[in-house]
Amino acid sequence: MTNPLLAVKDLTVDFITRHGTVHVLDDVSFDIGDGEIVGIIGESGSGKSVTAYSIMGILDHAARIRSGEILFQGRDVLGMNRSELDRWRGKAASIIFQNPRTALNPIRSVGDQIADVLARHTPARASEIRAKTIDALKQVRIPDPERRSKAYPFELSGGLCQRIGIAIALACAPRLLIADEPTTGLDVTTQAVIMDLIRNLAREQKTSVALITHDVALASEYCDRLIIMHAGHVVEVAPTAEIIDHPRHPYTAQLLRSVPSLVDSIGELQAIRGSLPDLRRADLPFCRFAERCDRRLPICDAERLHLGPALERHAVACRNPL
Amino acid sequence: MTGIVLRLLSAIPTLFGVVLVTFLITRVLPGDPAVFFASNPSMTTQDIEAVRQSLGLDKPLPEQFLIYLGGLLHGDLGNSLSTGQKVVTEFANRLPASAELTFLAFFIAIGVSLPLGIAAALRPGSLIDHLSRVIATLGVSMPTFVTGLLLIFFFYFVLGVAPEPIGRLDPFMFEPDRVTGLYTIDALIAGDLELFAAALKQMILPAVTMALFALAPLTRMARASMLEVLGSEFIRTARASGLSRRKIIMTYAFRNALLPIVTTMGMTFSYMLGANVLVERVFSWPGVGAFAVDSIINLDYAPLQGFMLVMAGIFIVVNLTTDVVVALIDPRASR
Repeated sequence: MTNPLLAVKDLTVDFITRHGTVHVLDDVSFDIGDGEIVGIIGESGSGKSVTAYSIMGILDHAARIRSGEILFQGRDVLGMNRSELDRWRGKAASIIFQNPRTALNPIRSVGDQIADVLARHTPARASEIRAKTIDALKQVRIPDPERRSKAYPFELSGGLCQRIGIAIALACAPRLLIADEPTTGLDVTTQAVIMDLIRNLAREQKTSVALITHDVALASEYCDRLIIMHAGHVVEVAPTAEIIDHPRHPYTAQLLRSVPSLVDSIGELQAIRGSLPDLRRADLPFCRFAERCDRRLPICDAERLHLGPALERHAVACRNPL
Repeated sequence: MTGIVLRLLSAIPTLFGVVLVTFLITRVLPGDPAVFFASNPSMTTQDIEAVRQSLGLDKPLPEQFLIYLGGLLHGDLGNSLSTGQKVVTEFANRLPASAELTFLAFFIAIGVSLPLGIAAALRPGSLIDHLSRVIATLGVSMPTFVTGLLLIFFFYFVLGVAPEPIGRLDPFMFEPDRVTGLYTIDALIAGDLELFAAALKQMILPAVTMALFALAPLTRMARASMLEVLGSEFIRTARASGLSRRKIIMTYAFRNALLPIVTTMGMTFSYMLGANVLVERVFSWPGVGAFAVDSIINLDYAPLQGFMLVMAGIFIVVNLTTDVVVALIDPRASR
């Protein structure tokens, strides 16, 4: 990858809360190439969503981006002013959310919500916008799109709402789609349908996808590459097959052993030991996994640790990898 | 549509309940209207008894109630003892006075509180947020007669820009031909701009006094509901889609925030219409509130019952209007 679509470099984000500063992201770096489907994987609280929100500029008021760069086709996203950002997001990059129903405006028809985005980024006559809206609904395989475009979110099922979310996100054919736990709120059969839809549309439109999930099995099925996050650090990055067969970071290895469909027998299934460290601590170890790790060495605590060369095929942030 | 008809029909038992309760409440008020009415030292017991008979107060309560109900069905609310007028006529004169004042006060309150509340919600903790809190707190903690008197003191007595705070119109002007009973509207219909200006001028101080009081609940509700909506997930979606700030605030946030605001508006309006006795007193405004208080003091049953009934009717209409407006905004409410 000589020229990645998206390059996140040394992104560090804190949250200022009443109970102290939470060090949510620390020197997070990764790339996403053209047309790639990349999984960003980690437990709740590992910073996956914060990473996504940083890219889209929708972080909470409490968040402070301390350092780092986000480059999209070479353009610095964090340096954009409000109007540049608004012309960029929704058009070149977009996001779909975990909770499809609450992510939609409850008192605006779904067709209008898609039309709003189209009218914003590709201004045209009303009739043209309407035609494009129907196309967007057809694209996400919504039956009877003319009628459904007049429906309100409360009249649609969760799966249909997520299709609307996808239609909004893909309406302007963005280059990058961030899918933040897109199927977590849906039942299992709908999950597969939605994931297939996302993958197929991404392939058709040559859109890169960042799939954010805690579901390793799901990610391994749909992603070309996986980025493993733990407590605000990227701990391992590698092509999916390689990471599944030869995890190098102790955390990745434990994570894989906790997934029923990835172990050979039930006996091998294990829970991940311990829990994420409290990210408000001032004395967080250099390796935030150290306190849960059985391969910890004195050198782990001695100096700062970086993810191996960032563009390496299989990068790992560990002093004593498997 | 059927929903609205159903709501109207459901108002009938409510109104009947109100009629019954107001009737009973007025009967248990201490004091004997016959004695009060015949408050002349030369009156004998026989005279008082005669008055009681002529008022129908000697009959058993159920019979009195039936007579009252019969009158109501013919649109007859009885006569006022203290003014000698028909209660219906009194209300026809006084309700427009109260309504005109309340409407103006209500629009002033909305015109100030909505922008203020929204601005405060857009920048919590900013100067405008604190300003809105101070105004709302002042408005609700100062009794209306104090704000009213202060306004009169400054704008009439000290600055001399406001007209004499007595009644609806300068004593040297003639009231417009009655169409709606609202002087400003009637003056406009008659094409008399001078009269319109005079009537409006007369209303400004009492209306501002009332508006100050209504400002608090409206501003706070506007701020709270706008803040809540701005923090919701679909606003995040709208921002992530790059929609313009204007579109997000007006179309996405404000319309959703309006739902609780409209409900608060309905409550505030009904409350203002009936509960501005003090304002009407301070400004010698010939409205229904002052009339109702006089009726209580004079043990004047008919206007008192009429007042409660009219107020109940207005509450029902306002609530219905609120529901209709909410249903227009929110598709979930209309089914």
